[in-house]
Amino acid sequence: MQVYGVDIASRLLLGTAQYPSPAILGDAVQASGAEIVTVSLRREAGGDQHGQAFWTLIRDMDVRVLPNTAGCHTVKDAVTTAQMAREVFDTNWIKLEVIGDNDTLCPSVFDLIEAARVLSEDGFEVFPYTTEDLVVAEHLLQAGCKVLMPWGAPIGTGLGLNNVYGLRTMRAHFSDVPMIIDAGMGLPSHAAHAMELGFDAVLLNTAVARAGDPVAMAGAFAQAVEAGLMARTADPMEARDMASPSTPVLGKASLG
Amino acid sequence: MKIIVNGQSLEVTATLLDAALGELGYGEARVATALNGEFVPVPARASTSLGNGDRLEILAPMQGG
Repeated sequence: MQVYGVDIASRLLLGTAQYPSPAILGDAVQASGAEIVTVSLRREAGGDQHGQAFWTLIRDMDVRVLPNTAGCHTVKDAVTTAQMAREVFDTNWIKLEVIGDNDTLCPSVFDLIEAARVLSEDGFEVFPYTTEDLVVAEHLLQAGCKVLMPWGAPIGTGLGLNNVYGLRTMRAHFSDVPMIIDAGMGLPSHAAHAMELGFDAVLLNTAVARAGDPVAMAGAFAQAVEAGLMARTADPMEARDMASPSTPVLGKASLG
Repeated sequence: MKIIVNGQSLEVTATLLDAALGELGYGEARVATALNGEFVPVPARASTSLGNGDRLEILAPMQGG
C-alpha cells in the first residue's frame, strides 16, 4: 500500500489510547506489526511529564505517527489542532476528524470537506475520517485528499461493518484511491471482512486496547488483516443462493 | 496579569509567550501553543505578547485513536 508516496507493508494501523499500561501498549504495537500508530494532543499542566514520556515511548517504537484531531467539532478547531500537531509530531500527516454528532461520533461531512481543503492547501497530507457517502468522498478528493478513511461503524462500538453494501460500492467507485477502514472494528473477523472487500488497510484502537489480552488481540488482528488481504488477492468465489454439490455426482454408485 | 491557561485562571508576570511558558514550568517541554484560538508556532513565541484575560492553550503529545 502506498499513501502519500510512502510504501506501507503492514495493513493494520493501530491507535494508542486506552491500554492498561504503556508497556502493554508497546507490546501490542509490536505484536500488531503496525507501521503507523495514531496519536493525539491534549492539555498538560506545567511540570507534568506525561506528554514527554508518551512521546519517548512512541519514538522508541520506530513507527510513523498519524496525529488526529479527535474531539474537534468545527473547521477552526480542527485546523488549529492540526497545525499544533504538525509542530509537536513533526509530520504533515493528519487524521482529520470533525465530529458532527456526539451519540454516533458521525463526522460532520460539510465541515470535514472544508477543513480538508484548508489543510491540504496548507501542505498537510490529510487522512479524512468519513462516512461511506460517495458524494462526500468525491468532494474530499477534490479538496486534496489522496486517501479516504470510511468508518466501519461508529467509533468504539465494535460492531464491524455496518453498511457492507455502501462500503463495497465505495470501493468499486474509487478503485484507485487508497482506502482505510477506520473505526468500529470489534473482532478480527471484521477486519478480515474489510480486507476481503478490497480495502487497503484497517485502523482500529478499542478492539485491541480493551481486549482482556491486548497483545494477543493485536496479533489476532494482524493475522486477520493478512488473511483478508490474501483472500482478496486469491479472487474469492461468487456467492450463490442455491446449493451446488462439491463432490462429483458423476460416477456415484446406485445403491438404493 | 491574569491569563487563562488550559481553562484555568493563572497569574503570570511575563508579558511574552516564551517567557510565560518558562514561568509556568513548561521549560523545554514538547508542547504546542494557541493564543485566543490561534496557533502560535515556536519561532513566534518570543514576539507574541500576552494581555490580561488572554486564553492560552498548551497541548502535549497524548494517546489517541
